[in-house]
Amino acid sequence: MSVERLEVENLHLWRGERHVLRGVHFALARGACLEVCGANGSGKTTLLRALCGLAYPEEGQVLWNGENVRRDLPAFHAALAYLGHEAPLKADLTPRENLHYWIGIRRRLDDAELAAALTRVGAHEWSERQVRTLSAGQRRRVALAGLALLPVPLWLLDEPTTNLDAAGRELVGDLIREHLSRGGMVVAAVHQGLPQSVHNVTRLDLAA
Amino acid sequence: MSRSEGTVAQAFPSIDAPAVPVAASNALAFPRADAREAARLALLRDLHLAFRKRGQLVQPLAFFAMVTLLFPLAISPELARLRELAPGVLWVGALLGSLLALEFLFRDDAYDGTLEQYALSGQSLTALMFAKTLAHWLLTGLPLALMAPLVAISLGVATTAVPGILLSVAIGTVALSLIGSIGAALTLGIKRSGALLSLLTLPLSLPVLIFGARATQLAIHGASLVAPLELLAALAILGVTLAPLAAAAAVRISLE
Repeated sequence: MSVERLEVENLHLWRGERHVLRGVHFALARGACLEVCGANGSGKTTLLRALCGLAYPEEGQVLWNGENVRRDLPAFHAALAYLGHEAPLKADLTPRENLHYWIGIRRRLDDAELAAALTRVGAHEWSERQVRTLSAGQRRRVALAGLALLPVPLWLLDEPTTNLDAAGRELVGDLIREHLSRGGMVVAAVHQGLPQSVHNVTRLDLAA
Repeated sequence: MSRSEGTVAQAFPSIDAPAVPVAASNALAFPRADAREAARLALLRDLHLAFRKRGQLVQPLAFFAMVTLLFPLAISPELARLRELAPGVLWVGALLGSLLALEFLFRDDAYDGTLEQYALSGQSLTALMFAKTLAHWLLTGLPLALMAPLVAISLGVATTAVPGILLSVAIGTVALSLIGSIGAALTLGIKRSGALLSLLTLPLSLPVLIFGARATQLAIHGASLVAPLELLAALAILGVTLAPLAAAAAVRISLE
């Protein structure tokens, strides 16, 4: 089995007249975490979207196990989980139903696992309420439950701690730590920094 | 090990650095869902959502009923004349009704990040688009097809024409949903895309309108409607094979 690793070479991306990504490069091995820091508008989200293939960089490439990800995007996508700054939830469905459909599209899921994930993020009490009635922090917790159900090698997280209380931020730390310890990789765009409990973190600063 | 310059500070975790002790490599394994399971869930999700907000569901049907039932008032209550006009009235109503619902096909999914998750799921986006279009047909095309015979009867058409009308509208709306899915996906990034969507979709829908109305006319006259029905079916099959591919490509572009 090949050893998973993510390498990014000299990534350049323009948004109209703006040169957003200016030669970003890094490498990430199993069990390692990259913390992408930078002011608002410095291109953190753009970098994550370029990594997962949603945005097309003008120059440079993203390598997964030594191969350009563009050569086999579906295989790369099967190996990653991307969490944007909005939780991908339907306001008219309950957290349980949301996870059933969202995560079920990627993996087989039984009710016990789903319930365990919801309990883990503290959502068991309101797992039958429609998402429209939940607070932003509660929605974020549901999104984290989804992440916990996807133990794919690479997690790409955009501001995973937004809207969360102290306990919620610790939960993010726990999830990331657990993921790293089982050999996963994490790239997290963070504004305030990851919780202290996460080790083996490398920092990448994007200039505005 | 300095590889680059520029304003970006670089980070180089060495690949060979002793990473956190890695547990068994199968810790990252889980039972993956296959493409059929994924498409099934995408279909069920849309049906589930539609039944949570029924208002949107009724809209195209109410529109269809209104348009078709206003004609007798505007033209004449004479049944012989209405019977002649019925195919045209039915099909224009069905076409516009189906178009009305099209705007909602991908819009919510684009807003809440669902499309992004679909595109990054590692599953075939084409299959997921097909599932969404099928859900759209089940929620608009099929009800329209079931309503069309009722409307036809109210316009003075004999009940013997019911199977022919049902079949032609059912097959025709499959083609309309598929054609529409391409337009809806192409106009995703645009605010207030309704007018553009109609402009894109209507010309492509004209063959369906022509053959559909012809099939309905033949059904009303009790003639064989095999020929136009076959052409409708050909359009629908062409749509099934090509439209989800095109819609998936358009969605990927809109996500960039």
